[in-house]
Amino acid sequence: MSVLADDAFATGQRPATAPRRQPTGLGLLAYRASKGVRSPTPYLMLLGIALWLFAYWLLCEGLQLPRFEKIPGPVTILSDWLSSEPRQGTSIFTPVYYEHIYVSCRRIAIAFFLATLLGVPLGLLMGWSKTIKDYTFPVLETLRPIPIMAWVPLAILMFSGYETPVIFLATLASFFATTLNTMLGVQSIDESYFRAAGCLGSKKWDVFRHVVVPGALPFIFTGLQISIGVAWFSLVAAEMVSGDFGLGYLILSSYVNSVTVPMVIGMLTLGFVGWFSSALVRWVGNRLMQWHVKALAMQGR
Amino acid sequence: MQSHLNPAGAAPSKGAISIRNVTKVYDPDGAQVMAVDNCSMEIAPGEVCMIVGPSGCGKTTLLNAIAGFHSITGGEILLDGVPLCGAKKPLADQGSDRIVVFQNGALFPWKTLAENVAYGPMVQGRWPKAECIERARTALQEAGLGAVADKYPGEVSSGMARRAEIVRALINEPKVLLLDEPYRAMDALTKQIMHEALLEMYDRTKVTIYFITHDLEEAIFLGDRVYVMTTRPCRVKKVIDINLPRPRDYHTLTSEAFRLLVQEADEAVHEEAIKAFQAGEREMA
Repeated sequence: MSVLADDAFATGQRPATAPRRQPTGLGLLAYRASKGVRSPTPYLMLLGIALWLFAYWLLCEGLQLPRFEKIPGPVTILSDWLSSEPRQGTSIFTPVYYEHIYVSCRRIAIAFFLATLLGVPLGLLMGWSKTIKDYTFPVLETLRPIPIMAWVPLAILMFSGYETPVIFLATLASFFATTLNTMLGVQSIDESYFRAAGCLGSKKWDVFRHVVVPGALPFIFTGLQISIGVAWFSLVAAEMVSGDFGLGYLILSSYVNSVTVPMVIGMLTLGFVGWFSSALVRWVGNRLMQWHVKALAMQGR
Repeated sequence: MQSHLNPAGAAPSKGAISIRNVTKVYDPDGAQVMAVDNCSMEIAPGEVCMIVGPSGCGKTTLLNAIAGFHSITGGEILLDGVPLCGAKKPLADQGSDRIVVFQNGALFPWKTLAENVAYGPMVQGRWPKAECIERARTALQEAGLGAVADKYPGEVSSGMARRAEIVRALINEPKVLLLDEPYRAMDALTKQIMHEALLEMYDRTKVTIYFITHDLEEAIFLGDRVYVMTTRPCRVKKVIDINLPRPRDYHTLTSEAFRLLVQEADEAVHEEAIKAFQAGEREMA
């Protein structure tokens, strides 16, 4: 046997006569998992986290540099976070911690839902119809750059209670991101798809349903990922000003009460919950756009 | 076997295009550019009409006018004696009697090949949805694409995608197929396979074909007639009748008759290419 053939076996290539069928279901999951474990990615991620934690620890607890000695380090945080009797009142064993998470998530869910419900159709229409764009674009572009914090007083004047102003602010921020991306998505659709649809005998509604909506979908989901992020940070800003519960409220009230550990716990929790929510949006997008996922996969991405 | 692409199975009695004194002036930012100048052509039903000319000469402008994408400034275009566009109605309606196959391909990437092919009959309400899909599969099968019917365009080769696009057009039984340099970006071997597939489909359907290309050998191999166009503004410079017997295959490419036709066409095209090149240089200076 030649050296070449030996090499082929050594690198795990199968002979050309027995091509491997693509696994499905659990088999596919197992294949991906084994491929993942063999790639450097998970180890680099763990190493990155470890390095970051070590630097953080060194700064606050190891060396206790000036200005950092008052900041709770990772050991302090973790021991409180995981303790059934936290010294500063917030841990995974205290119900109030979950109350904060739940309230923020509920507000985000409502705000994101409303923003999507309003933003996607408006964006689609703006991208599709010049007339509608002419009517709406100048107003939208004037309101969009106004920072959400500037809306806080107006929101408190317009809406009563704690809940509605906060939801309004998060909705507003997320609405702009969704609308703009959706509109750009429609505008990015290649003219030849519209022409092809016209040739094939489409009516206006067919073009909207079969070209405009699916064609803009990749942009829409990019927009939704941005918009859920924007919703989180405007929510927290709003909760800091007006609120009774929520992660933003937890962070600010901890600061006011000079308990720094719950403050950092609140921040990290926000990070995790925010990451999870974007991942969820991404997952839904990939489910809806198999064509996009597969085309990217063919390009090796 | 009766083909799904042409249930009637008969010789065509339709698809005559008359282009009469068509003029098109573009008016970008007030500077008038004449793209097509007093251009006339008579294309017989079932004719494979190949349009050859320098880049940017206005061949696509004519195609856009026939398909109803762009208006014309003067003259008229008729399909089977019925005006598509003219003085009263500069922009033709788009319709499934004239279907375009685009330069860069325009299969909807978000639909599988079968869904793409079924799309036309579905939106026209020709058959119930399930039947549209069924017929689309059969048509793809006949074109040798049965195995990839459920793949998305992004998953198949560009050659397969282009063939599927032609199937998507032909399932609507158009009178005219308009092709705008469909094989431009393909390598020579793929191109040859594409040509044979197109000829095979043409022999089954006998649809009128308006085919734009830069490739002279392609034009002569596929065409009944080659129209050599002048550089901008676009006019017919020379019409070459191709009397090579059908069906043609790659042996045709090496015949003496083929070589002479290429030579004849090459002289006409070369002259225009030089003019276009010089005009380009003037614009640059």
